[in-house]
Amino acid sequence: MTAVAVPLEHVLFVAAVLFLIGFVGVLVRRNVIFLLMSLEIMMNACGLAFVAAGARWGQPDGQIMFMLILALAAAEVAVALALVLQLERRFASLDIDTASELNG
Amino acid sequence: MIPLILFYIAAAVAVGAAALVVTRLNASHALIYLVVSLLAIAVMFYLLGAPFAAALEVVIYAGAIVVLFLFVVMMLNLGRRTVERERRWLEPRAWIGPGILAAILFVEMMYAIVGNAVPTASEGVGPKAVGIALFQEYLLAVELAAILLLAALVGAYHLGRRYLSDRREEPSAPGRKEFPPEEASS
Repeated sequence: MTAVAVPLEHVLFVAAVLFLIGFVGVLVRRNVIFLLMSLEIMMNACGLAFVAAGARWGQPDGQIMFMLILALAAAEVAVALALVLQLERRFASLDIDTASELNG
Repeated sequence: MIPLILFYIAAAVAVGAAALVVTRLNASHALIYLVVSLLAIAVMFYLLGAPFAAALEVVIYAGAIVVLFLFVVMMLNLGRRTVERERRWLEPRAWIGPGILAAILFVEMMYAIVGNAVPTASEGVGPKAVGIALFQEYLLAVELAAILLLAALVGAYHLGRRYLSDRREEPSAPGRKEFPPEEASS
């Protein structure tokens, strides 16, 4: 029932690679903006896996899960960018490690 | 067979652009690559038979979320050597990479439209099936997403409002703000 007979394993492999790239970005970068962009890449990878699985069985559930991920991403970006503005105002820096005051 | 090749090209563009996003030093350049990566993922959605998800990816992700990022990046850079930044923006070197990747996607899209290599919506899961399932089985999830968005709206307004009002009070000193003295730590 898939429109293009892409093997599901290949799509899942692409999604895994994208997720890995985003994960490495979260681990490596210390700039908050880049951290958020890496999070976006990771969420896109999850959405790709959902859509691919939904298309594999011809069900709309995968696209609905993708839409919920979309709403989550929009909410996350709105709050996180407001937090970035606060971080820049308090510490005059976008380095996430400057905000480690809860460390004690 | 041809749509399969189109899919792999789009996947390669998506992965390459994502890797470039993570490794850029300039936030604006990284955002351009992020847009290209999102467009490539939208092409993949379309080829998988999910045209509605592809449209949402372009409109909301590449259209709204990345523009929000761009606004904040521009806002934070405000007043710091703005003229030089503008001049650097006009350099063609920053645009070659995203331009080539976007051109690959564009050629792919034109080929798909002209050559009819891509399925019509009836073969995949069309918007109608998605809408029916969304507002019948997943109605509760839609309500929960609405509440989440409302909470995010209130939270972002609260955090951003304090930023704006503080900036209006002391426009000349945007630097580090002193913390209140620490309470007795544990």
